[in-house]
Amino acid sequence: MLRFIVQRLLQLIPILLGLFVLLFAWLRALPGGPAQAALGERATPEAIAQYNELFGLDEPLYVQYLRFLGRAVTLDFGNSTQYGRPVTEVFLERFPGTIELTLFAMIFAIGVGIPLGYFAARRHGSVFDSASVVGSLLGVAIPVFFLAYLLRLLFAVELGWLPGSGRQDVRIDATRITNFYVLDGLLTREWDAAFDAFLHLILPAIALGTIPLAIIVRITRASVLDVVNEDYVRTANAKGLAMATVRRRHIVRNALLPVSTTIGLQTGLLLSGAVLTETVFAFGGVGLALRDAITYRDFAVLQGFILLLAVVYVLVNLLVDISYGLLDPRVRVR
Amino acid sequence: MTAVGDVRRRRIDELAAKAGAIPEGDGGLSLTRSAIRRLRRDPVAIIGAVIVVVFLVVAAFAPLLAPKDPVTQYLLSEIRPGLIPGPQEGFPLGVDNLGRDLLSRLIYGSRQSLMIGVVSTVLGLVVGMTLGVLAGAFGGWVDTVVMRFVDIILSIPGLLMAITVSVLLGQNQYSLMIAIAVVQVPVFARLLRGSMLAQRGSDYAVAAQALGVKKGRIVFGHVLPNSLSPVIVQATLSLATAIIEAAALSFLGLGDPDIARPEWGAMLANAQDFLSVRPWLAIWPALCIIVVALGFTLLGERLREALDPKFRR
Repeated sequence: MLRFIVQRLLQLIPILLGLFVLLFAWLRALPGGPAQAALGERATPEAIAQYNELFGLDEPLYVQYLRFLGRAVTLDFGNSTQYGRPVTEVFLERFPGTIELTLFAMIFAIGVGIPLGYFAARRHGSVFDSASVVGSLLGVAIPVFFLAYLLRLLFAVELGWLPGSGRQDVRIDATRITNFYVLDGLLTREWDAAFDAFLHLILPAIALGTIPLAIIVRITRASVLDVVNEDYVRTANAKGLAMATVRRRHIVRNALLPVSTTIGLQTGLLLSGAVLTETVFAFGGVGLALRDAITYRDFAVLQGFILLLAVVYVLVNLLVDISYGLLDPRVRVR
Repeated sequence: MTAVGDVRRRRIDELAAKAGAIPEGDGGLSLTRSAIRRLRRDPVAIIGAVIVVVFLVVAAFAPLLAPKDPVTQYLLSEIRPGLIPGPQEGFPLGVDNLGRDLLSRLIYGSRQSLMIGVVSTVLGLVVGMTLGVLAGAFGGWVDTVVMRFVDIILSIPGLLMAITVSVLLGQNQYSLMIAIAVVQVPVFARLLRGSMLAQRGSDYAVAAQALGVKKGRIVFGHVLPNSLSPVIVQATLSLATAIIEAAALSFLGLGDPDIARPEWGAMLANAQDFLSVRPWLAIWPALCIIVVALGFTLLGERLREALDPKFRR
C-alpha cells in the first residue's frame, strides 16, 4: 500500500511541472505581457521597460521560468493589485470559506443522494423511481447560478427564512481562529456565531450540491440495480441470509464502490461550481475572489488562485485514488 | 499508469473499452442501422430528438419567427425603476429592462446559444480526435507525450480552465467558443484513444494486419470507424454542457459583449439584477437553456444505450 501511495505521489511531479509551464506561459501570452497587465493599458513604454527590469522580465525565458518555479514552490505569487497584499495570504484567508461550503454541499449531496438513489432502485419502475430519474436529469441541466438565484429569491428575499448573502451576520463580533466560521464558533463556544455561520451556509450549499446530488442519485441507482443481479447476491439469498443482511453486507457495500468514485470526482469539480455559487451569495470564499479578479483583471490573483486550486484539485484526486485503492484491493494489484 | 485524476480518466477509459467490445450489428444490420432502429422505437430518445430539432428550426428561421426586432427598444416610457412591463398586446412575454421584446430576443438567442454549443463542441471534437488518433495510432512516445499533455489540461477543473483561456483571449464570442472547446479536448482525446486501443487488438484488426494491409489503412479504414461511437455519444452530451458552460462564463462577465447578438446566458446573467422586479426575465432564458440541455442529454444517454450491447434486447 505504501508503495502504491509513493508511486502515485511521484507521478504527480510531471503533471505539476506541466501545469506550472502552462500558467507561466499564460501570463506571458497576455496581450502586452505581465507588465501591461499590471500597469494597465495606458502604461508608457518607459514604465513597461522599467517594470520589466524591476521584475527580471527582460531576462531569457528559461531564467524567468526557473525563478517563477522557485517562487511558486515557496507559494509566492506576487501581490494582488486589488488588495495590495500577497496572493497566497488572500488565498489562505479565503480558502477555509470555500472548504466549508464544499464540505456542506457534499454532505447535502451524499446525505440526500445515496438514500434517494437506493430507494429509487429498490422501487425500480415505480413513480418514485421515474421521478428521481427525471429530477436527476433536471439537476444537471439547470445552470448552477440560476438555481442559486432562485433559492436566494425564494428563501432569503421573499420568505426571509434564511440569510442570502455573506458568511456571517456582520453584527456578530466573532473571534477568528481558523477562518472556518462554524468551527471558530464551536471552538470559542460562541454558539450564536457558529449557528449564524451555519445558517449562512445552507442555501449556498444546497445550490452548489445540486449537481453532485443529481449525479450521486443516478450512479447509486444504476449501481444498486447492477449489483442486485450479481451471482453473489443470488447465492446470499439462496443460502438463506436475511434480506436485511443481504442488503447491508452484499448489495449496499458493493454498490457504493462506484458511488465513492463519483463523490471524489465531484468534490474536485465543486471548486469550479463554488466560483458561481459564491458570487450569487456574496459568500467570501476563493470563488468570489476569483470573480472579482476577473472583473478587475487582477492577474496575480487569477494566476495564483488557479494554480493553487489546480494543485488542490490534483491532491483531492490523489486522495480519491488512494481511498479507492483502500476500498477496492483490485486497483492496488494492477 | 498515471496518478492524477486517475479515477476520472479510468471512467473515460471504461466508457471507451465498453464501446470497444461491441460486436458486429445483429441480424446482418450494421451497428449504426441497428442503433438507429432501436432509437426510433425509444420514446425518450424521440422526445430528446424533437426538442433538439424544434430548437434548431427556431434558430434557423429566427428572422421569420420573431415578431419584433431583438435590439429595438419599445415601451421605454413605461419602464421605471422597479417596473418592467409584462406581457401585453404585441409583446407576448413582455420586454426586458431596456424595453426589448423578450420573445424575439429568446428566438434570436437560440441562434447564438446553439452556435456556441455546436462550434465549441465541434472544435473540441476535432482537436481531441486528432490527438486521440495520434496517440491511439502511433502508440509509444507519441502516445506518452500526447496523453501527458491531455492529463495536464484534465488536472484543472473545467470552468477554471475556461476562465483562464477566456481571460487570455479577450472578451468576444470566439474566445468564448475556444474556452469551452479547450475543456472538451482532453475528454475526446482520451475517449478515442482508449476506444482505438480496444479495437486494435480485435480479431479483424489482427486479420487485416496478417493480410498485409498497410498500417494507415488499418487505422483509418478499420479501427477508427469502429472506435467512433463513444465519441459521438460524448459529443451529444457535450453540447448540453457547452451551452450551460457558456451561460456560466457570460454570468462571470466573460461572455460576448456584442449587444446586437442576444444570447440566453447573457440574458440570464443580465436578468439577475431585476429578479425581484420581474423574475420572468430570468426564468424564460433559463428554461430555454434547461430544455435544450435536457434534449441533448436525453438523446445522448439513449444513444449510448442504443450503441451499448449490454442494453440490447
